[in-house]
Amino acid sequence: MAFLRGFGAYLPSRVVTNEMLAARLGVEPDWIVSVSGIHERRYAGEQETVADMAVKAARDCLTRAGTDQSRIGLLIVASGSAERRFPGPAVTVAAGLGLAGVPALDLPMASAGSLFGMALADRLAGQYRDVLVVASEKMSTIVDQGSDRNVLILFGDGAGACLISEREGAASIVASSLHSDGAFANDLHLPFQGPLEMSGRSVIMQASRKIPRSIQETLAAAGRSVEDVEVFLMHQANQNLMDRVAQTLEAPAERFFSNISRYGNTSSASMLIAAAEWSQQAGFRPGMPVVFAAFGAGFSWGALLAAG
Amino acid sequence: MNRKAQILEIIREVAHKDVNPGADESLFESGILDSFALPDMVSAIEREFKIEVPDADLNPRKFDSVARIEAYLDNRA
Repeated sequence: MAFLRGFGAYLPSRVVTNEMLAARLGVEPDWIVSVSGIHERRYAGEQETVADMAVKAARDCLTRAGTDQSRIGLLIVASGSAERRFPGPAVTVAAGLGLAGVPALDLPMASAGSLFGMALADRLAGQYRDVLVVASEKMSTIVDQGSDRNVLILFGDGAGACLISEREGAASIVASSLHSDGAFANDLHLPFQGPLEMSGRSVIMQASRKIPRSIQETLAAAGRSVEDVEVFLMHQANQNLMDRVAQTLEAPAERFFSNISRYGNTSSASMLIAAAEWSQQAGFRPGMPVVFAAFGAGFSWGALLAAG
Repeated sequence: MNRKAQILEIIREVAHKDVNPGADESLFESGILDSFALPDMVSAIEREFKIEVPDADLNPRKFDSVARIEAYLDNRA
């Protein structure tokens, strides 16, 4: 069992509103809100890289956790939008944090990457002491390469981080479940050449079933129920999807923390950005059960239960 | 009620509209259903026809029109 010691986030300063996109795409700003719940998103600067944002989120996480990098034994970096094939951003982030010699692992999974990273860190913390999980995405570059307008409106840039410790933290990781199924890999993919392609209907159909199911599976493994859960921290993919998951689980929608209206879908980073904001506003109380959940390209999906 | 009428009833219920799509008319391209109505329609089909649609069959193309839904049900029979 490992502990959640702290979260951190970094959001670029450039705000891109629906009005700014709508004029360019020939749609109404209100239409973007109705199909996604998004009002604005952040875009990184032209020279700002996935690793640059990741380092800032990681530093924020370490500061909030009241520690430094000296106990980090493993760095996991999730990103589906890295600028080069290899090496991935993990080694650059490690260098930026002064982690020479510390193993740095990339998870190029897109949206479910941070959840998979947290679950892996839970298993590996005993061996590597503190494990720093960072997720960083520069989605604006990807969708700017000719993606469909239904895709372009969704995404924003940003980074989140989570420090997982073998010995101390505000909450312990109780259970997790991870799944992948490549049968629908082409329904959400980013080829080496060309824009991100997504069959929104397929994603919604699959996610609407798989996310609630994995949450229930995780809770059952811990002998808990949906009613016990005080907060759901989900990948911020689409407000309508989060509402649907709440409805399927028969859980109050207000228990699903949401900041998608301000940041859009930042892929793997979104769940950790949400966790960082939630932990600043509220945070764990003793015994408080919180569920993390994500779904993304692959498809890969899962859930993780933590308790204060 | 015959099977086609049952399907049309499900579509009207999920769409919250009194619609009468043609057999081959796309339920999505025509605007009768949006993406988030699709999971509701599949759940309603499962209940009405007492079947379980496995995740592997959750392909929007299989449920894009009345004719395709009928074909899917034929294959499941």
